[in-house]
Amino acid sequence: MDTHAAPERPANGAKPAKPARARRHRRPTLAVWKFASCDGCQLTLLDCEDELLAIADVVVVAHFLEASRDVLRGPYDLSIVEGSITTPHDAERIHRVRRLSKRLLAIGACAVTGGLQALRDFADVQAWVPLVYANPAAIEALPRSTPIANHVAVDHELRGCPVSKAQLLDTIIALLHGRVPRAPSHPVCLECKARGAVCVAVAQRQPCLGPVTMAGCGAICPAHGRGCYGCFGPAAAPEPRALAPVLRSHGHTDDAIARAYRAYNAAAGVFRAAGDDHGRA
Amino acid sequence: MAERKSRSVRVDALARVEGEGGLRVRVRNGVVAGVALDIYEPPRFFEAFLRGRDHAEAPDFTSRICGICPVAYQTCAAQAIERAFGVTVDPRVRALRRLLYVGEWIESHALHVYLLHAPDFLGYESGLHLAKDHGDVVRRGLALKQVGNELMTAIGGREIHPVTMRVGGFWHVPSRRDFAAVEERLRRALDAAIDTVRWVAGFEFPEFERDYEFVALRHPSAYAVEDGRLVSSGGLDIDAADYEREFVEEHVTHSNALHSRRAAGGRYFVGPLARYALNHDRLSPTALQLAREAGLGPVCRNPFRSIVVRAVETVWAVEEALRLIAGWEPPDAPCAAVVPKAGRGWAITEAPRGILYHRYDLSADGRIVDARIVPPTAQNLGTIEDDLKALVQGQLTLDDATLTWRCEQAVRNYDPCISCATHFLRLTVERS
Repeated sequence: MDTHAAPERPANGAKPAKPARARRHRRPTLAVWKFASCDGCQLTLLDCEDELLAIADVVVVAHFLEASRDVLRGPYDLSIVEGSITTPHDAERIHRVRRLSKRLLAIGACAVTGGLQALRDFADVQAWVPLVYANPAAIEALPRSTPIANHVAVDHELRGCPVSKAQLLDTIIALLHGRVPRAPSHPVCLECKARGAVCVAVAQRQPCLGPVTMAGCGAICPAHGRGCYGCFGPAAAPEPRALAPVLRSHGHTDDAIARAYRAYNAAAGVFRAAGDDHGRA
Repeated sequence: MAERKSRSVRVDALARVEGEGGLRVRVRNGVVAGVALDIYEPPRFFEAFLRGRDHAEAPDFTSRICGICPVAYQTCAAQAIERAFGVTVDPRVRALRRLLYVGEWIESHALHVYLLHAPDFLGYESGLHLAKDHGDVVRRGLALKQVGNELMTAIGGREIHPVTMRVGGFWHVPSRRDFAAVEERLRRALDAAIDTVRWVAGFEFPEFERDYEFVALRHPSAYAVEDGRLVSSGGLDIDAADYEREFVEEHVTHSNALHSRRAAGGRYFVGPLARYALNHDRLSPTALQLAREAGLGPVCRNPFRSIVVRAVETVWAVEEALRLIAGWEPPDAPCAAVVPKAGRGWAITEAPRGILYHRYDLSADGRIVDARIVPPTAQNLGTIEDDLKALVQGQLTLDDATLTWRCEQAVRNYDPCISCATHFLRLTVERS
């Protein structure tokens, strides 16, 4: 039931109902969908405490189960998708979501690269399952965790584990207005320098993926005294091979470097290759 | 409406919970024949890929089980591993963990009270619908929630998956000055938290009580969050190391999550109601006074009133945050020396939804050999099903739409986090 579009009673005749209705009908519809994930990226939307009610005024929140039991039928002007595809059921469900959506925004490391759960690619879960389950055939799990774009066309992607609140807000506004969202392509190092943080790789010989990781977080890890752990995935033209000798010269083993790449964006092309390179070395 | 002999209540996709699940209730010949919480949230195999990883990776990895309570996971993982290695953590570092953790309580409780649970009591589909008629009230809740997030950001760099916690302590500790802004916000938030208790105390609560076994951490002097022994209203009093002896998990066919029960057989209850029943004598005077005003006795067995207890705990959490900030002195070193050794470590802490258990088996070089994690919602699933069974049996005269909504509300009494409950799939498939 569309309670938002229900006709309004004019309030003591002061406000004519018709323009209000007409305005409301033009509000675009927003849907939020969850696949395999921790809920953190869609929570980012609810964490926009200053903007949430304003957003709800300009869009119709048509499908957002974490927030509302009121579900409106599609199609939807904008679908925000969190999580990766890990089950046969979800591999079909994402196609239904795509068909219902004019624009589709994939948010977070899970939706964009397969997320932490893509570590199943390396952990040999398929060999492990029969050891633990009496009836492994009944487990509805795909052997790999894959990003949304492997299954359907995606209009825009937001990196991060979790996504940045500012990027999420800007992207929603851009997509609803037909503007191209601002998306950085530079590495975390630039943000780190811009905020004046000490380089933890040079000064403290910490393992830092800042030179190869996409900006967007605001370089919070180096600013808090630890190396970047790559939760925004690869930058636009990363050079893990150029970073390798630096990391090695600081005493980090190839095994440790491989594990650094095999984490929150383990299946992202460049990170996967870098992890494999160091894993073999 | 006349009572029908046979009917069913079905919610395919539960709203206003974290994660994906549904519920089914079957009534045959006027008797509730079956209740099932269907958990179809996909499993993510955390225990599988933790094996062979370095112990230092566990806090950040396990925080990805849940975006709503990452600090609970980080704290549990760090403390379990510190115990295995025999690391002694500076009391000031422990105080900072507690401060970060109460920030998570404030955020999570305000989210649940205002956006997820209150709409049920007032007949709104969501907090956004509620805001259309009661904008000031919802804005008060969002401001309260925001203070929790600001506190987490002040310590952890960001509110979801904060980045500063590590085995042995922190990567970085704030100075007194770093807390100045959030301290001021917390002072103002105390009034909002107090108003919240008075607001929810005025809701109408269904007459519904059951005799639960409450299980929670208890600390000798403080309201237990990150430290204490595990106690129950049934006389249990154990160290975290004995958890797996006293509690077992069973698989059920309709769920991707395990259900916990006492080894002796009974189901039990974790979360705000359990903490309040077992530890209300450790609350601050303000929180206790408000609890009394709100009509809470020493024990509350009506799960619908959990929203009142959450509001009372939020008042306590704001006061506790102010107390910890007032006494804050940065430690000499943010992190203790961590020397790996082979062994096993355990930890239990109070996530906003109830106790969270972590156990790690570690090798001499600090690798994870085996991990076991039991989140709060997995422990409450059986109790939620029992609640639904009793609730529906007593309310068969309600029409379908009202009964369905009442069932959803009963599930939301527990603030269930299905993403948490389904991070593991170890034994979730029926063995046939």
